[in-house]
Amino acid sequence: MLILTCPYCGVEADETELSPGYEAHLKRFGPGATPEEFESYMFARKNPKGVHFERWRHAYGCGKWFLAARDTNTLEVFGTYPAQSPEPPADLIAKIKEKRPDWEGHK
Amino acid sequence: MSTRLATGGRLIDRSTRAEFTFNGKRMIGHEGDTLASALLANDQMLVGRSFKYHRPRGIIAAGPEEPNALVNLGRSDRMEPNQRATTTELFAGLEAASQNHWPSLEFDIGVVNNYIARFLPAGFYYKTFMQPRAAWKHVFEPIIRHSAGLGSAPKEPDADRYEYVYAFCDVLIIGGGIAGLQAALTQGQAGKRVLLIEQTAHWGGRAPVDGDTVENEHAGEWVTSAIDALKTMKNVTLRNRCMGAGVYDHGYVLANERVADHTPGDGRPKQRVWRIRAGHIITATGAIERPLSFAGNDIPGVMLAASLRDYVVNFAISPGDRTVVVTNNDDAYLTAIALVEAGLSVPAILDARPQADGDLPNRARALGIRVEQGRGIASVKGGKRVTGVQVCLQAGEGAVMEEIACDAVAMSGGWSPVVHLWSHCGGKLTWSDHLSAFVPDPDRPPRNHDGSAMVSCVGAAAGTYRVEDIVTAAVATDVIQSNDAENTPAIPPIWVMPQGAPIGLRARMWLDYQNDVKVSDVQLAAREGYESVEHTKRYTTLGMATDQGKLSNINGLAVLSQALGAEIPQVGTTTFRPPYTPVTIGALAGESRGEIFQPLRRTPMHEWHDKSGAYWEPVGLWRRPYCYPRNGESHAQAVEREVLNTREKLGLLDASTLGKIIVKGPDAGRFLDMLYTNMMSNLAVGKCRYGLVCNEQGFLSDDGVVARIDEDTWLCHTTSGGADRIHGWMEDWLQCEWWDWKVYTANVTEQYAQIAVVGPNARKLLEKIGGMDVSKEALPFMQWADGTLGGFSVRAYRISFSGELSYEIAVPASQGAAFWEMLHREGAAFGAMPYGTEGLHVLRAEKGFIMIGDESDGTVTPLDLGLAWAVSKKKTDFLGKRGMERSHLADPERWQLVGLETLDGSVIPDGSYAVAAGQNENGQRNTEGRVTSTYYSPTLKKGIAMGLVQNGPDRMGEVVEMNKVDGSTVQARIVDPVFFDKAGEKQNA
Repeated sequence: MLILTCPYCGVEADETELSPGYEAHLKRFGPGATPEEFESYMFARKNPKGVHFERWRHAYGCGKWFLAARDTNTLEVFGTYPAQSPEPPADLIAKIKEKRPDWEGHK
Repeated sequence: MSTRLATGGRLIDRSTRAEFTFNGKRMIGHEGDTLASALLANDQMLVGRSFKYHRPRGIIAAGPEEPNALVNLGRSDRMEPNQRATTTELFAGLEAASQNHWPSLEFDIGVVNNYIARFLPAGFYYKTFMQPRAAWKHVFEPIIRHSAGLGSAPKEPDADRYEYVYAFCDVLIIGGGIAGLQAALTQGQAGKRVLLIEQTAHWGGRAPVDGDTVENEHAGEWVTSAIDALKTMKNVTLRNRCMGAGVYDHGYVLANERVADHTPGDGRPKQRVWRIRAGHIITATGAIERPLSFAGNDIPGVMLAASLRDYVVNFAISPGDRTVVVTNNDDAYLTAIALVEAGLSVPAILDARPQADGDLPNRARALGIRVEQGRGIASVKGGKRVTGVQVCLQAGEGAVMEEIACDAVAMSGGWSPVVHLWSHCGGKLTWSDHLSAFVPDPDRPPRNHDGSAMVSCVGAAAGTYRVEDIVTAAVATDVIQSNDAENTPAIPPIWVMPQGAPIGLRARMWLDYQNDVKVSDVQLAAREGYESVEHTKRYTTLGMATDQGKLSNINGLAVLSQALGAEIPQVGTTTFRPPYTPVTIGALAGESRGEIFQPLRRTPMHEWHDKSGAYWEPVGLWRRPYCYPRNGESHAQAVEREVLNTREKLGLLDASTLGKIIVKGPDAGRFLDMLYTNMMSNLAVGKCRYGLVCNEQGFLSDDGVVARIDEDTWLCHTTSGGADRIHGWMEDWLQCEWWDWKVYTANVTEQYAQIAVVGPNARKLLEKIGGMDVSKEALPFMQWADGTLGGFSVRAYRISFSGELSYEIAVPASQGAAFWEMLHREGAAFGAMPYGTEGLHVLRAEKGFIMIGDESDGTVTPLDLGLAWAVSKKKTDFLGKRGMERSHLADPERWQLVGLETLDGSVIPDGSYAVAAGQNENGQRNTEGRVTSTYYSPTLKKGIAMGLVQNGPDRMGEVVEMNKVDGSTVQARIVDPVFFDKAGEKQNA
């Protein structure tokens, strides 16, 4: 029962208000993509033990999708940010690196 | 024998009498008794039989760790199996019965298992599952089925009610002993919002029993003033009889309050589940005493030393005239002292340690109690009750030095901190050689959402056993975890008694009392190659009983590590999982049962259906009429009538559950071209088009008719079950992928009532009620128009899911019932009848229309269903296009949609497969297809079916074999899936 703060409405939302959307920042591959590209988009997930970027929807609140950076091992939440972000915000990356010096980075 | 002492008993009210029964026998106890103490007061030490060998079992503990005294409580609609007598508060009229015995507790035939124990070794199941296979069917299973299970499940609906409460606090403190109370005082005085819960009915924990002194006050008085002080604080909430069951992510805690277990039928909810969100959690959950492993340690009368002390001090129970104490630590001496002070005899204290010269041993000696050092028990004498012990050297191999006659044995193998709640959400443990126990590692706590420590432990739960240290630690406002176990006198490891015991003794040393796991079983598992504690647990069933290893885990682990020649920390522990003690399903369900099990969605015409005798079918959270039986009709007869009436005259269907999503904006057309497999942007205003939605894998996800409302606006119909899912799917793409597209969506499913007017007389009815022009010319098939009908503002769609002349008419939800009733009233002259979902299914199957969830199951593409015409070849991209191009999905040998018609006219059974020649690698019959929809067609007077058959469309006219439940097959011919009105003349009329 996680708590995540919705970056749109500012509500500290209980997990019961949210629906999960799995890994964030996936690049969509459509027609013309090679089998390898399509496989990476469809099936290959990082599933790390540690820092993870993921999608959540404030489904029973404002209805907005947002993204969260979370440690899948300790469940620490580093931050949440709007879904309309091609990559995690720089200040969030800096915050995670400070807390997890061994983290290999987002890419 | 065990009896009630003439004086004493701090928790019982001797002025009261509570009459109860055990196995039908009348007994008397007092208010304040637990069922266990009342049984002991009535000399009922034997309370059950073990699971595997049916050995006699007595009360061993006084709290939730009790593995033996599980009873069946109450009867009929208030019957509860597997209740621990030690945590059940006595009340007048209580009925208890022992479990797992046949034919009686005193004389049990299953005990023969005890004599064939060597044929039921550790891993019995695993070994015999491999071979001989036939023995399972004919020998093992019938026997085990007879003897399996402890309690029996109640058969009647529960008469009681249960409820939830949601709570929020800054600090949740679990455990109301000295540590928890002191922590609550500190946090409460600091102004924190505090919730303090305690699983028993009493505050103070062990301290008042042990005669501890807290801050120069007797523990009992200190507890009373602490509670008084806490009650004056508005920011502190106290709840006893409330067990902290589980700690979950980010400070979420589940607790179970036994509100009226001890006052059944008084109108209050029986139990209340607390769903707590806490800023920080302090566990003050104490420690559990461990048994010692000596031969015969399961004979009734052998009890945990501190528990036996509880019975003496709290309930004035004499466990017997003579009690031998056996221990590896000082604490058990308190039991000897309590017994002697109560006027009972302690023939000897057998201390396994070479030397015992602390304060308590010296106090015992001063009372004249014989203390033997370096001694242990070679074997306990007795059958259904202890009659004596044989004394040996702990360092030896069990040679009997002396026999001491006694009625009870008080054993203590040290203490294990209750680390369950700390561990539930990832708190790590460290092994303390000093305490011979796992203690919470304060450097590796479970984490909160902000990365701070979510749980801290105080008191015995942290391995802090001395009262002065407990209070000091709990006073800290920042709740720094106490880590001063070093102050506590050391507890040396004694895992087997005597240490060199031969197999004959080890095979009678019980680790897990309920599941009959012995020292020899764990050692056998180690010899057979089991190194992982998790595997050994499952192989031997150690710790898998209802007590979840509260007494057995550490002892078993130690025996395993010794057998493996490894250190205990290397072997590790099994995983602690919630709940801490069992929570009844009724409490978890709470109020969610019967009518309010889940929310019910009602269409505007729901009440009309109900009054008209609808037989309901759940569709998601909706209820839809399956059919409307009349005059004693069966459901099948009703469906047949409804289908024929719709084909011949006029049927009315409540289609309001159909999903309705408005998609609007300058980029709406472009968006829908991505969402649907076919083109929607070029749909003309006023027209309708059937569309398919796929997921990115290319599998069919939903379907429905899309209507172009104006230049900027489309209305997308979805399946009844798919409305929320498809709306979410749209929002996902609009918010996360194409966020620069100007599109707005709204799910308006519940804003409209939608009624299908279906059949040859449909137009006649609409013309009769009058209003807009509904002629073929003004409103042809697959068009829509706004207007009025019978005075109602409507939007009428000429769409058909039945193959008949059909109008689907939407009106504002508030007018749905009135419009529906008018259609019935005015339609009577044209033979109007309502039809339900089953009629709808039959009508669409006769026309070969697919149904999402029947023809599709998440592995089926539009091409599999012959819907290539609805998949655009012109569009460069749409969701699922790349997925469909994968070689396996483009394989021409895939199972594809066809119609199936049995040669004998019968209905193919639901779920039937088309069998093919030969067998697969698992020895199963090969298959070449399966049925997806199968019905009796009232129109065609025969069975019809749709199915997916390998390469089916190229095999028209071929006959396949469809299997039946009885093992036989029925022959079916592959035909066109459109069985009725292939040219579509009726729907286009």
